[in-house]
Amino acid sequence: MSLLSVRGLTVDFPSGVRAVDGLDLDVEAGRVLGVVGESGSGKSVTSLAVLGLLRNARVSGEIRFAGQDLLSLGPKAMRALRGDRMAMVFQDPLSCLNPYYPVAFQIAEAYRAHRRASRKAAHALAVSMLERVGIPEARRRARSYPHEFSGGMRQRVMIAMALCLEPDLLVADEPTTALDVTVQAQVLDLLRDLRERSGTAIMLITHDMGVVAGLADDVVVMHGGKRVEAGPVREVFHSPVTAYTRGLLDCVPRVDGPLPHRLPTVEVP
Amino acid sequence: MSLLETTDLVKRYPVRHRLTRRRIGEVSAVDGVDLAVDRGETLGLVGESGCGKSTVGRLLTRLDTPTSGTVRFDGRDIGPLREDELRPVRRDLQIVFQDPFSSLNPRHTVRQLLSAPFRYQGLEPTEPVEDLLKRVGLKPEHASRYPHEFSGGQAQRIGIARALALRPRLVLCDEPVSALDVSVQAQILNLLRDLQDELGLSYVFIAHDLGAVRQVSTRVAVMYLGVVVESADRDALFGRAAHPYTHALLSAVPVPNPDVERGRERIVLRGDPPSPLNPPSGCRFRTRCPKAADVCAVERPVLREIAPGHRVACHFPEERTP
Repeated sequence: MSLLSVRGLTVDFPSGVRAVDGLDLDVEAGRVLGVVGESGSGKSVTSLAVLGLLRNARVSGEIRFAGQDLLSLGPKAMRALRGDRMAMVFQDPLSCLNPYYPVAFQIAEAYRAHRRASRKAAHALAVSMLERVGIPEARRRARSYPHEFSGGMRQRVMIAMALCLEPDLLVADEPTTALDVTVQAQVLDLLRDLRERSGTAIMLITHDMGVVAGLADDVVVMHGGKRVEAGPVREVFHSPVTAYTRGLLDCVPRVDGPLPHRLPTVEVP
Repeated sequence: MSLLETTDLVKRYPVRHRLTRRRIGEVSAVDGVDLAVDRGETLGLVGESGCGKSTVGRLLTRLDTPTSGTVRFDGRDIGPLREDELRPVRRDLQIVFQDPFSSLNPRHTVRQLLSAPFRYQGLEPTEPVEDLLKRVGLKPEHASRYPHEFSGGQAQRIGIARALALRPRLVLCDEPVSALDVSVQAQILNLLRDLQDELGLSYVFIAHDLGAVRQVSTRVAVMYLGVVVESADRDALFGRAAHPYTHALLSAVPVPNPDVERGRERIVLRGDPPSPLNPPSGCRFRTRCPKAADVCAVERPVLREIAPGHRVACHFPEERTP
């Protein structure tokens, strides 16, 4: 049985927009599912629906996480689950961190929201998490504030916070999009490494086919709120079934391989 | 002679105290840059945030005045020109910006936007707005609409049409596709290529996306912390990169192929680019360079030619394929 199983997910906003339309997807335990699509494809709304973070939207269908039906859970039960069994990392770490508190304090706070621990023990755990995500001089940096970190380091802090409770599922929504390419490589390395060591499953939302190719085991391609194509990453990348997926793969200008005079363009389904 | 040429271009900005506004130092955004763009060619300028590539763009188009060094356009130093002397130069030197919506006045119709360049220059329109729209793949009836009625890709086409209105010889494109979806990026890159073939334009194409730079450029310069570390013809740069930073950049770009992605050797740089407020001594890349040695901290490497047209600023350039 899948760790996360989404069936017929439909999200309607009061404006009349149907952002997600009958979506099916599965995240297997310990595996990485890449959810890729262009803006407006519904990929981020899907991640918010899974996390129970959509307000003012009608969410229907079925979201099962470790056998539990998430859509029938109340806000309190969702809150207990979120951060603990399923955690999240978003695109812009600065807007997710409180500017008034040192980073280790915020990690410890997240930990203590779900587990009984003394402040001291939680702080020690936060420092060890910061070390684990590769923050140099973690003990000293633990007392720094978010603005004292670079974008890549802030994203590491967010990942440390997300992983401090050893969740079963990490939802990462465009985790490297705001980062420079050399820093993106560092964060992708970190995610690869953490996933190997901790066995956390990752639902990776991105527009970047290259990021999916490097990190995901399985992939779901979305367009207009619907699933266009899904399967193991090698299969989908090497022999895509739909013209849309083919187009998305071919239209990206690459740093390797043959150089076309004009780029192929995408056929919209 | 090149159409556009810079010699030892330098731009320093004062750093002021937060409250007293007293000058407490300066930041070298651009620190001695030599570039050349020939007629009909595209110079790609690539680097990570804060490397000074956009500042170079602003200096090339005289949106900003260089601290020292020269910018020669068609043989003439445009650095010291006054605003009224610059105006005729700007007919030949146009810009396409990153965010099409913030560079288009929301209260103006497309017709007003596209006739503005003629108005500012005091010229009679030489090309009907409808023809300009057709040239960039839009429809004549779009002329009466406002920017918000367009998608990002369409709005960028309007930005391009405006840049082309005066029939410039060189167009500076500063991250022209980075705000767009990949499928739209491809269309805009193709459009830029078609317009170049048709009108014989020269481009300076500033971007952080190496794939896009490779797609449109004939020559490429890689910047790091205010200096050019390597410049070469496109194929030489992407095939035989010699600077360790260029190597690291190329190996860091995710490629949409799982087998390539998992199999290849990756050079992951440690840390972040240092602050341009306090750049490292000697070679500016040495703090993150896997090959750094003692000499790198002492002696700043100069850009020297290692093959015809291929210049690199490194004490230990490499010869291998990425």
